[in-house]
Amino acid sequence: MKFLPVLLTAILLATGTVAMTMTPTGAAAQNRDRIVIGMQLEPPHLDPTAGAAAAIDEVTYSNLFESLTRIDEHGEVISGLAERWDVSADGLTYTFHLRGGVKYHDGTAFDSADVKFALERARGDGSVNAQKGYFAAIKTVETPDPLTVTVTLSRPDGQFLFNMGSNDAAIVAPESAETNKQRPVGTGPFKFDRWVSGDRIVLVRNPDFRDPATPKLNEVVFRFISDPAAQLNAVRSGDVDAFPNFGATESLPILEADKNFVVKVGTTEGETVLALNNGRKPFSDIHVRRALAHAVNRQDVVDGAMFGYGTPIGSHFAPHRTGYVDLTALYPYDPSRAKDLLAQAGYPNGFDAVIRLPPPVYARRAGEIIAAQLAEVGIRLRIEPMEWAPWLEQVFRGRDYDMTIVSHVEPLDIDIYNRPDYYFNYHSDRFAAVMDELSRTIEPNRRATLYGDAQRIIAEDSVNVFLFQLPKAGVQRAGLTGLWENSPVPANDVTAVSWK
Amino acid sequence: MIGFLGRRLLTLGLTLWLASLVVFVVLEVLPGDPALLMLGVDARPDTLAALRTQMGLDQPAPVRYLAWVGGLLTGDLGISHTYGVPVAELIRDRLVVTAPLAGLAMLVATAVALPLGLLAASKQNRPADYGVMAFSQLGVAVPNFWFGILLVLWFSIGLGWFDAGGFPGWGAGIGPALKSLTLPAFTLGLTEAAILARVTRSAVLDTLGEDYVRTARAKGLSRGAVMRRHVLRNALIPITTIVGLQFAFLLGGAIVVENVFFLPGLGRLLFQAISQRDLIVVKDAVMVLAAMVVAVNLIVDILYAAIDPRPKAAA
Repeated sequence: MKFLPVLLTAILLATGTVAMTMTPTGAAAQNRDRIVIGMQLEPPHLDPTAGAAAAIDEVTYSNLFESLTRIDEHGEVISGLAERWDVSADGLTYTFHLRGGVKYHDGTAFDSADVKFALERARGDGSVNAQKGYFAAIKTVETPDPLTVTVTLSRPDGQFLFNMGSNDAAIVAPESAETNKQRPVGTGPFKFDRWVSGDRIVLVRNPDFRDPATPKLNEVVFRFISDPAAQLNAVRSGDVDAFPNFGATESLPILEADKNFVVKVGTTEGETVLALNNGRKPFSDIHVRRALAHAVNRQDVVDGAMFGYGTPIGSHFAPHRTGYVDLTALYPYDPSRAKDLLAQAGYPNGFDAVIRLPPPVYARRAGEIIAAQLAEVGIRLRIEPMEWAPWLEQVFRGRDYDMTIVSHVEPLDIDIYNRPDYYFNYHSDRFAAVMDELSRTIEPNRRATLYGDAQRIIAEDSVNVFLFQLPKAGVQRAGLTGLWENSPVPANDVTAVSWK
Repeated sequence: MIGFLGRRLLTLGLTLWLASLVVFVVLEVLPGDPALLMLGVDARPDTLAALRTQMGLDQPAPVRYLAWVGGLLTGDLGISHTYGVPVAELIRDRLVVTAPLAGLAMLVATAVALPLGLLAASKQNRPADYGVMAFSQLGVAVPNFWFGILLVLWFSIGLGWFDAGGFPGWGAGIGPALKSLTLPAFTLGLTEAAILARVTRSAVLDTLGEDYVRTARAKGLSRGAVMRRHVLRNALIPITTIVGLQFAFLLGGAIVVENVFFLPGLGRLLFQAISQRDLIVVKDAVMVLAAMVVAVNLIVDILYAAIDPRPKAAA
């Protein structure tokens, strides 16, 4: 009597397996002037000047909104709403020469008054800009004529032009600033069309864009699919044309083998670290921190947690950036050396600790692998998975943790090691001196040298165990060109995208 | 009947009030600062303070509770912290997906389960019965999200009949909207049907064993007439209970299947709101779900009265 259910289950499982291996028939004929882009998360709203969610930038950056400068695929600063600019010799005065004939999507004209409004709004008292620090050095913003803006800084800021190209520095208009969350009005080549809550956001071509050859598409649809298995299904069924940040990393080989799809693995600005609470025993002891660095096999972490995608790093700096120094050989994987160091620090039998992990898959998977690796040298980790909200409050702000794993995704953010009260609980006078000189230096070669020094100091102090640079692993249909391979800033810049 | 309804409505009000207290207190205790979550790790303390004031989080808890409940009573559900739109709009947009989906799923479930259950009961211990029981066992054992993935593999990727998921909105027309709900409705409906078929079978079997059934047969009624007039009507009572429970569960509990088909339903809204600490949305969505569950229970109670006259007489 019991055999029938068992038999039926077996049949269903077998047919399921067959279905899994069926090749996709692909979508119906592609629409050549339209693209559907898959995203893991839906943006909470569409105002880049009032939120940190990367999903806002992934819809709006360069598509809807523009900034004074602009960041290209390689992280270089190119002209944006400012066609060109002059910087005074002391690095304190920036004169931006704006493009003429630029209009907002609601028909209002763009001029220097809009720039002044946007910058003053971002740095003002009631500002809720997530990157208010970008505007901290600004002393005055002046508008000598409608197409010129002069920004005076109170101190030199080597990152100023890059920061002014970020989406947080988008030039919003006074007429629409308050309603951008739901009905964004920018100057970009696409206009906001509609938002089907929870499902999709649709942008359409801006017919009044200053360059008639841009954009190449008539419609861009962003669809929100959080479940990795559903992402794979959406790609294979042709529901989406591209998934630039694909969640089902383990399925990339399947898609790579299929000539209908192209897999693109690029870089991001995300340095993924095993962060250590330097203010808490036993991590306050440099021997322990170095022991941990020797005990973790980075390549195994990359292979196991990231399915081989991702570059190991030896300090807090992106390998594709000018000034990068390869320090991955500083603490080679060596469990016996780790044990010696632990014994020197007074922990011959290891110790117990808690690792608190935020939700991203890379953190959860890397945490399990690292726990196994540390067990080899006698360190017993208890894994505590957390949601983002309590992680931010308790680990990040409250600094109540032993170890955690997180990717720091802001570009060139090595200065976080110099922030007082940052959650690493680290301080070094030597590092502070380098950062101080860096903030006053504009000359590129000297900046690169200083960045190198900074990387060495935190690597020698083994502040954290530096794991890998977070990859941008995406998939798109064959025949699609122009999407970014790398992610210097969170974005899906569609301005140059077209079908071959 | 009036007294019966009055008592029910009073219980309904009390239940909702208790639910409001529980959800408010739980969210107070839950760690996580919504402002920090929105502005991210680089936010400055003065920016955070500005946002907290904007969101009204600087008020004491009792004041916020009263303001919230007062708003609910006057039909004002407030503004979502994360989305910046009225919560009523957000919930309405999701309900027009979730409610039809739950309805369709129950339609599939009852359409499949009632005939199968009746068949199994009338052919007890014969091959048809074993077949139904096997289907039921399988349906209970197979997780619905996995079944959903199978349907996508067959009908979306393999045959290309349906999209792999998503919801175009009712604005796109009834046809496309219903089409996008078809696979999810079958996914949910068939797994619920498995349970319902079992319940139907045993309810019918129980009734078939009653003395009055034997009496009816003895007085010469045909098998079919006994089934229709005596068995089915009595068996409907436990079946209605289960259908009510299942429908109430589907309104909020379809989230796993919503994820597989990336449907913008109420369950997913609630899930996202919790992880984003969009407290006002969480509170309102829970209240709407609680209200719907209570309403479904009320309807089931009224249906009991229609099916079975005895409680009415007692009251």
